[in-house]
Amino acid sequence: MRRRVLAVAPVIALVLGLAGCGGSDQGGDDDAAASPTPEAATLTVFAAASLMGVFEEIGSQFESDHPGVSVEFSFAGSSDLVAQIQQGAPADVFASADTKNMDKLVADDLIDGDPVDFATNTLTIAVPPGNPAGITSLADLTQDGLNVVVCAPQVPCGSATTTVEEGSGITLTPVSEEQSVTDVLNKVIAGEADAGLVYVTDVKGAGDTVEGVPFDESSNAVNTYPIATVSGASQADLAKQFIAMVTGSVGQDVLAAAGFARP
Amino acid sequence: MSLSLRAAVPERGVDVRVDVPAGRTLAVLGPNGAGKSTLLAAAAGLLRPHDARVVLDGRELTVVDGGRTRTWVPPHARGVGLLAQEARLFPHLSVLDNVAFGPRSAGVPRARARAVAHEWLARVGLDGLDARKPAALSGGQAQRAAIARALAADPRLVLLDEPFAALDVGATPALRHTLSEVLAGRTAVLVTHDVLDALLLADDVAVIEAGRVVEHGPTRDVLNRPRSAFAARIAGLNMVGGTWDGTGVRVGEGLRVQGVCDEPLTAGAPAVAVFRPAAVSVHTAPVTGSPRNTFLADITVVEPHGDLVRVRAGDLAADITPASATELRLVPGAGVRLVVKAAEVTIYSVVRGQHEHPQP
Amino acid sequence: MTIRRRPHAGSHLPAWAFVPAGIGAALVLLPLVAMVSRVSWGNLWPLLTSESSLTALALSLRTSATATVLCVLLGVPMALVLARARFPGRDLARSLVLLPLVLPPVVGGIALLYTFGRRGLLGHTLEVLGVQIAFSTTAVVLAQTFVALPFLVISLEGAVRTAGDRYETVAATLGARPTRVLLRVTLPLVAPALASGTVLAFARALGEFGATITFAGSLQGVTRTLPLEIYLQRETDPDAAVALSLVLVVVAVTVIGLTRRTGTESTP
Repeated sequence: MRRRVLAVAPVIALVLGLAGCGGSDQGGDDDAAASPTPEAATLTVFAAASLMGVFEEIGSQFESDHPGVSVEFSFAGSSDLVAQIQQGAPADVFASADTKNMDKLVADDLIDGDPVDFATNTLTIAVPPGNPAGITSLADLTQDGLNVVVCAPQVPCGSATTTVEEGSGITLTPVSEEQSVTDVLNKVIAGEADAGLVYVTDVKGAGDTVEGVPFDESSNAVNTYPIATVSGASQADLAKQFIAMVTGSVGQDVLAAAGFARP
Repeated sequence: MSLSLRAAVPERGVDVRVDVPAGRTLAVLGPNGAGKSTLLAAAAGLLRPHDARVVLDGRELTVVDGGRTRTWVPPHARGVGLLAQEARLFPHLSVLDNVAFGPRSAGVPRARARAVAHEWLARVGLDGLDARKPAALSGGQAQRAAIARALAADPRLVLLDEPFAALDVGATPALRHTLSEVLAGRTAVLVTHDVLDALLLADDVAVIEAGRVVEHGPTRDVLNRPRSAFAARIAGLNMVGGTWDGTGVRVGEGLRVQGVCDEPLTAGAPAVAVFRPAAVSVHTAPVTGSPRNTFLADITVVEPHGDLVRVRAGDLAADITPASATELRLVPGAGVRLVVKAAEVTIYSVVRGQHEHPQP
Repeated sequence: MTIRRRPHAGSHLPAWAFVPAGIGAALVLLPLVAMVSRVSWGNLWPLLTSESSLTALALSLRTSATATVLCVLLGVPMALVLARARFPGRDLARSLVLLPLVLPPVVGGIALLYTFGRRGLLGHTLEVLGVQIAFSTTAVVLAQTFVALPFLVISLEGAVRTAGDRYETVAATLGARPTRVLLRVTLPLVAPALASGTVLAFARALGEFGATITFAGSLQGVTRTLPLEIYLQRETDPDAAVALSLVLVVVAVTVIGLTRRTGTESTP
């Protein structure tokens, strides 16, 4: 299993895209020609950045269950991945952090079959260790003088935040609307922000550097993660097996350990 | 407005001292690297010597004592103007504003400063060029503008660093004339290579050799009676140094020079024998007759000198007619006898007498 | 039949050199052409004049202008000190000043965070004084100044050193005090370099992204400058992102044009 730095992904996509120009339907033949072992194959999985830890774990399990198969991941923001797949990047599997981005590919007829929801995630309030501002509820975030950081409404965690605000009738006045949930988390970890709205899994993944304060209103915005085989996948069979592992007990255990809930 | 300067910079091997009485111009002569520039830089405050004392008109400008600065007046507050080889006019200012720069720096209102600048430009012969940019001036014009600019600042001391060195030969005489007019009555130090500058512009001359002032006196005296090899050379005279033995100058082993001694000398005192190249005749065979001095030497250079031919052999020079030179078949490397009559040789002490300019 | 060779300028160049040169040029220009080809010209005006775009553009211009002024106020003395003053460690200082040029902007942002952030080196002092820099427009200006300053310093310092001190010496002997020498002689002489350095600094400030998003945050009208707006618009409205990118490209081309002109003017 190899992990690529995000920035390299477009280049790989470009190279693979060029290599595939000769005959995109003969991916299996290409693989056979490139490698002496007939079973050797590479499964390319495009997954939302928030899935990095769990998918790497599931990926190694998949590789040990399927000798000769290597799983190659490209982790990035869901919308970036959608854009890459629309531009012809050769993904076999796409796992999105929200249904909206998956629906874009479905609408473009780039998904084989129906997407399957495999996990959910909800928002929580991330605070510095020890919760110095004593925050216990969403309403506490409206106090004067608090530096609250959220995601921008244009990105998935931001739209979830907007939904929570609308459902609860609480209006936050953030000092910053960040580009990604990681940016929000880092602002809290750095101590610049007193609190930030992030996903439960983010707090879990951040270890001791932040604490999570759960709040009831988070049920207004349950984020659902769908997964699907990409149309014209060169490894369609392996893709289906990988999806089965993610939705099966192995995948669900790993996801639960990381803080994801079942759909 | 008199200048008294002493500056020592050990790492350059320089230790010089000069005095310029108020209203007089001192020409500083000397070979390249002798320490002339160090002297100017010390006076202008562009250099902090290891040991120095610069006093202008009774005011201490620099006092440095073994590397410790006791008094230091920054360059802009010294009232010391500097004219360099190149004009160094500010390229972004008009000629008029260049000249007005000094008065403006002294706080003179713009209109008044420009009027002063205009007058100075007229004095140096640059009427009508007020609005030009320096790039549109010839080398001579630029140097005139630089002179106007230096003097418009009304400095108490003017320093000139080979002001004609970068100019066409043709532009020099007129500029030298202008400079002699505007320097009249000012206290100035002029560093030059050219004996004409010293003769026409300076009241006094100091000769610097190897970081020391070896001569210092009124121009005419230094040039007529040089006491250093360099001064003799730029004065165009042959000089042989040695010790006075009562009737002549003994120059090393077996060589004696006889001549006319016009000042009292004590036996054993250092003395020089000086004579004009034109008084020297060149022979290939021994000569007899009235008391003569004969020097044996190999010719190094034969070159035209006015309508004569200058023959250089050893440290001496002889000016002879082209006819003689041809007849004697003088070529570099040939051994010759240089002969000068005793009556043509002047002998005097190396040390300038008390009745002349005080030796600093 | 005769083959006529056309004389080329720089004919000493081997012919093969044109191939990599052409590829290099294509690498630079092709993406720009591709981007321009994606501009939806019909929607361009509404996209550029949307509230968020105009707010971001106004903020970018305001902060970049302020950062440029700061760069001039701080960078000119820095360049002069580095070029003229003699002090121990000057060569080291000269290299360190250029650090933001080679550092990834994100690293700059992190460094700024640990300096001016709440828990940063100066953060506590600033908090006592009632100053909060993170998440404020001040943070944007600081980040832009941080990354843009070396551009001004490097171009000006080189020019000052090349110019030498001949004119300054003359000015001093004409009675000009150091400040007057600086304002009336030194700076006018290096004016072309100062102008191109200032324009470059402005351009760099305008394009600054990494340090801003790391250090300042992103809030419309406060810290969300044009590059941040472009990055965010990409999530939902790629057309708007391309339209705004076009604005930055136009600004960059203008800036390059300006520096080229001042550059040629400065060469004698």
